[in-house]
Amino acid sequence: MLPHLFRVHQVHRETVDTFTLQLDPVDERGAVSFVPGQFNMLYLPGAGEVPISVSGDPAQAKHLTHTIRSVGAVTKVMDKLKRGDLLAVRGPFGTHWPVEEAEGNDIVIIAGGLGLAPLRPAFYQVLSDREKYNKVVLLYGARTPQDLLYRHELERWRGLLDVQVEVTVDSPVGGWHGDVGVITTLIPRGHFDPARTVALVCGPEIMMRYTVMELEKREVSQNKIFVSIERNMKCATGFCGHCQLGPIFICKDGPIFRFDLVKDWLGKRDI
Amino acid sequence: MENFEQLLAAHSFFKGIDAKYISRLAEQATPVSFKAGEYIFHQSEKARQFYLLNEGKVAVEVPTLVHGSITIQTTGQNEILGWSWLFPPYTWHFDARAMEATNALVFDGEWLRGQCEEDHELGYAFMKRISETVVNRLQATRLQLLDVYGIHF
Repeated sequence: MLPHLFRVHQVHRETVDTFTLQLDPVDERGAVSFVPGQFNMLYLPGAGEVPISVSGDPAQAKHLTHTIRSVGAVTKVMDKLKRGDLLAVRGPFGTHWPVEEAEGNDIVIIAGGLGLAPLRPAFYQVLSDREKYNKVVLLYGARTPQDLLYRHELERWRGLLDVQVEVTVDSPVGGWHGDVGVITTLIPRGHFDPARTVALVCGPEIMMRYTVMELEKREVSQNKIFVSIERNMKCATGFCGHCQLGPIFICKDGPIFRFDLVKDWLGKRDI
Repeated sequence: MENFEQLLAAHSFFKGIDAKYISRLAEQATPVSFKAGEYIFHQSEKARQFYLLNEGKVAVEVPTLVHGSITIQTTGQNEILGWSWLFPPYTWHFDARAMEATNALVFDGEWLRGQCEEDHELGYAFMKRISETVVNRLQATRLQLLDVYGIHF
């Protein structure tokens, strides 16, 4: 898979360490189409290449949108990109959220921290096909109010009459008037029927493990829970083996997995 | 009264409890309402009430000298507020403030303790439910302390 050049159309600062890039293909070879849950390899010559989930609207075919947290050597350089700068993109890669497969069911989207970015395309798709789902629930947790992504959209989504959106923070600094507590505390409050629920979960692995436990307490079946796993992806094609988790190559077989198929490998040491 | 029985039976705290206890508890339930911003109880005061929240949202806060009140947890519809009435020294450890208009059913804690002592079957049912709430909140607090959104995870 060859990289294609993209130009930065817009940089939007989400939080102190997280930003969203809107990218335009330099020529017709650059693909902006994707399905929710897929990722691209973003490459900056001299800095390196990183896997980043697409965070934009899959129905909007003009720009490619990625939300990036500035934590490593490559993303810290990407944090300095400005409108007009170039970077290279390989992809899209990977499996997708089962958004269409969930039609006719309740759908519960549970995001922790930056985990809302890979789930946002799924939520956009659900909203655009709202009549195809029964109850729609979005539960979102972040460390502080200042760490919440897409605040304007969250406010708009909370105003929708046919969607339940609950947001909580672990630590309420700076005049926060919403819920306080970890993401798992929102799950008992979700208005969904466990017997007909498909749950999409994304966040730090430890958050996903406890989230799944809470979903199981509500008797959501493990084969109706989908998680996004992101570990050490380097080549994105299953060749290099960096992201191997037991028999699974996350970049090729994932990053979206049905929970019951990967649960034995999550939380295992030294793999 | 019938209305209270329905409210109690529908509340998740009493899910699965024997119907005879619902009737007995409903006789002692009192409806209360709090306006947004109103304090329900304060730290160090005598803990005399057990609240079953039916509507609204409540912040559990720690008053501090430097930072004012810090919210450590929010609780709301279909949840409970307060278990300090059950354990010595029967004083509130935190403040509780209604974040929005809140409706609840309140029980006298001393009466409830007496009922649990007299009827151990009721006491067991109550302790099981309170324990589950305490365990859930302990686990949530541990997760909160882990700071799972930090770069180490």
